[in-house]
Amino acid sequence: MSQFQNSQSWYKRNQLQIAPWLFVAPALFFFSIYVIIPIFQSISISFYEWNGLYNAAGESTAKWVGFDNYVKLMDDDNFYTSLKNNLIWLLLFMAAVPIGLALALFLNQTVTGMRFYKSMFFFPFVISQVVVGLIFGWFYNPEFGVVGSIWKALYCEEVTNIMGNLTSKCSVQPPNILGDENWATYGIIFAGLWPQVAYCMILYLTGLNNVSPDQIEAARLDGARGFKMLRYVILPQLAPATFLAVVVTVIGALRSFDMIAIMTRGGPYGSSNVLAYYMYETAISEYGDRYGYGSAIATVLFLIMLVYISYFLFKMYRDERGQ
Amino acid sequence: MLHKLRNRMPMAALALAVAGLVSNVAVAGDLVINFDDPNAGPKAGFEAAVEAFKVANPDINVTVNINDREAHKTAIRNFLSADAPDITSWYPGNRMAPFVEAGLFEDVSDLWEQEGFNDTLAAIRPTMTIDDKQWGVPYTYYQWGVYYRKDIFDKLGLEEPKNWEEFNAVASSLKEAGVTPITIGTKYLWTAAGVFDYLNLRINGYEVHNDLTAGKVKYTDERIRNVFVAWKEMVDAGYFVDNHATMSWQDAIAPFANGDAAMYVMGNFSVDGYKEAGLTEDQIDYFQFPEITPGLPRAEEAPADAFFIPSKAKNKEDARKFLAFVAQPDVQTQWNITIGQLPVNKNSQVGDSKFLTEGFETLSTATGLAQFYDRDAPAQMAKAGMEGFQEFMLDTSKLDAILERLDKVQLEVYK
Repeated sequence: MSQFQNSQSWYKRNQLQIAPWLFVAPALFFFSIYVIIPIFQSISISFYEWNGLYNAAGESTAKWVGFDNYVKLMDDDNFYTSLKNNLIWLLLFMAAVPIGLALALFLNQTVTGMRFYKSMFFFPFVISQVVVGLIFGWFYNPEFGVVGSIWKALYCEEVTNIMGNLTSKCSVQPPNILGDENWATYGIIFAGLWPQVAYCMILYLTGLNNVSPDQIEAARLDGARGFKMLRYVILPQLAPATFLAVVVTVIGALRSFDMIAIMTRGGPYGSSNVLAYYMYETAISEYGDRYGYGSAIATVLFLIMLVYISYFLFKMYRDERGQ
Repeated sequence: MLHKLRNRMPMAALALAVAGLVSNVAVAGDLVINFDDPNAGPKAGFEAAVEAFKVANPDINVTVNINDREAHKTAIRNFLSADAPDITSWYPGNRMAPFVEAGLFEDVSDLWEQEGFNDTLAAIRPTMTIDDKQWGVPYTYYQWGVYYRKDIFDKLGLEEPKNWEEFNAVASSLKEAGVTPITIGTKYLWTAAGVFDYLNLRINGYEVHNDLTAGKVKYTDERIRNVFVAWKEMVDAGYFVDNHATMSWQDAIAPFANGDAAMYVMGNFSVDGYKEAGLTEDQIDYFQFPEITPGLPRAEEAPADAFFIPSKAKNKEDARKFLAFVAQPDVQTQWNITIGQLPVNKNSQVGDSKFLTEGFETLSTATGLAQFYDRDAPAQMAKAGMEGFQEFMLDTSKLDAILERLDKVQLEVYK
């Protein structure tokens, strides 16, 4: 070793290796505290029966039960209902992608005021999910909501009741979408699609900006029009936008917690639950003090998401290597 | 220090940091009280009582934290073990059981003995008791029953029904006149438990209610089945408003106020709601849920609110003074007039609203007082049970499946 190298400090010598870690360190620190460590904590809690309390001496009152919570899960109807609803969410939420594409294609024109229309279509994504949930909750209301009002106009007549107040008499009862176990989940998904479609639309609109005009012109010269143009020229160029749209839609479907909490609280009788909300309900809501069981649900949800996340990471890795 | 800091984190997150600092430097003479109702009436009642306590005990420096009710329900799990106040409000029955079992509440049986509460607060004593010890002191309770539109009843020439036959007669007259007999909103589930509890109390009585919520009677038991048989008759006959599953209890006041529905099985706190919906005191009245099984001793629902001393409290001596103070007859009289509820102390005066007079009459002559299904049964059972009640009200044909499911939950909860 030469003297020159020795005179440098250790940091100087290894600067290239260390510097990236220094930049990543703060993020890594908080990511471990708020994400990585809690994952392992909740996996470990899932092997206990615990109501979340520490006794006066500060010791946890948890009791080790091994795989008991998981065994119980296998025999829990609510768990299967939630799991099924999670799948319905994932499946139906995908509708946001083609609808978003259709809207983007429709809005990708040069007409006066197009920016205004675009922003109006994008608007639902800007407002909070909680607000969307509230609005749709009223929208579906069979008494005073849009659904109820239209129904009343069709099937009901106004009569005066015994106290001289107006009330309506219906030949067919209005549909109670959020109060019916068969419809509640679909009602919430439909509400959730409203902002999600807007999100996909924006992704596709930016994608369409980058579609190369040369290729379109060339395709036109070759006689490609309409659907063929879309299928073979536009869509392949939109592939990155499609990938992103699918990813955010899957994430959106798994984040359905807020909408459910606002619109039905998982009801009626748990029929619109998803795993995330069921976990909250058993572990931390008013009637929930089963931290162990809730953690077991969270762990199962985590494993399911892990499959998806692994695929996502694998694809990213492959794409980067391909380039 | 680090340990302390860690314990204090959840508190800070709940915006209790300021209070936490105060309680941290507490010496004898400082008293920290956590209360859980920031609504105007309850807050005023509590603050007035605290003021009176300060006047009576000028050497005690009282600090008060008033929290939102729902936030309090979550926060109490942290502050009882991390940074305990000297007194906290909470609920008796099964709601206090987890904290008692974890050793987080102070046994105050000595206070009950010394202050004569075993006699003056006798009405609520059983529900404040676990392992033959008393764990807190109640300051208020209220009656449940049937609130009805007196003007509709008068118009149709109906009387307050005393038994089930009369009740059914009233209901069918109402139906004939185009009025839905009973309004209810089951979105948040617990309202259905009120109907269930009353049917159970009137058909099977207080013992069966207690045995059921204590896990000693199965849901598929013939006696519990009878409750659902009666309930099914009510549902099938169209006694309840449609769309109850999407309505909260406040939403369900709308058809009641409009004259589309005439009765409401509810707690006395709902009277304010009726008045806000535009009804006057003359238009509404109250009757006890009618008798079903003839001759069965009458028991009532009467949820109570209470104060507890955390076992990690720093100033238990003054905390006991405050608990003794809030149980005094004159303090309870004033407090409950302010909040429109009933004082627990039997020597207190009842406010002069007709609902309170009738409520006091109802409760003081009852042979047993239940807390309410979701306070008497453990949380997990209560949740499953109330979901079952709602499901049953929407589709009575599912009864067998529901009862079997509840039996399964029961087996797991009370093992």
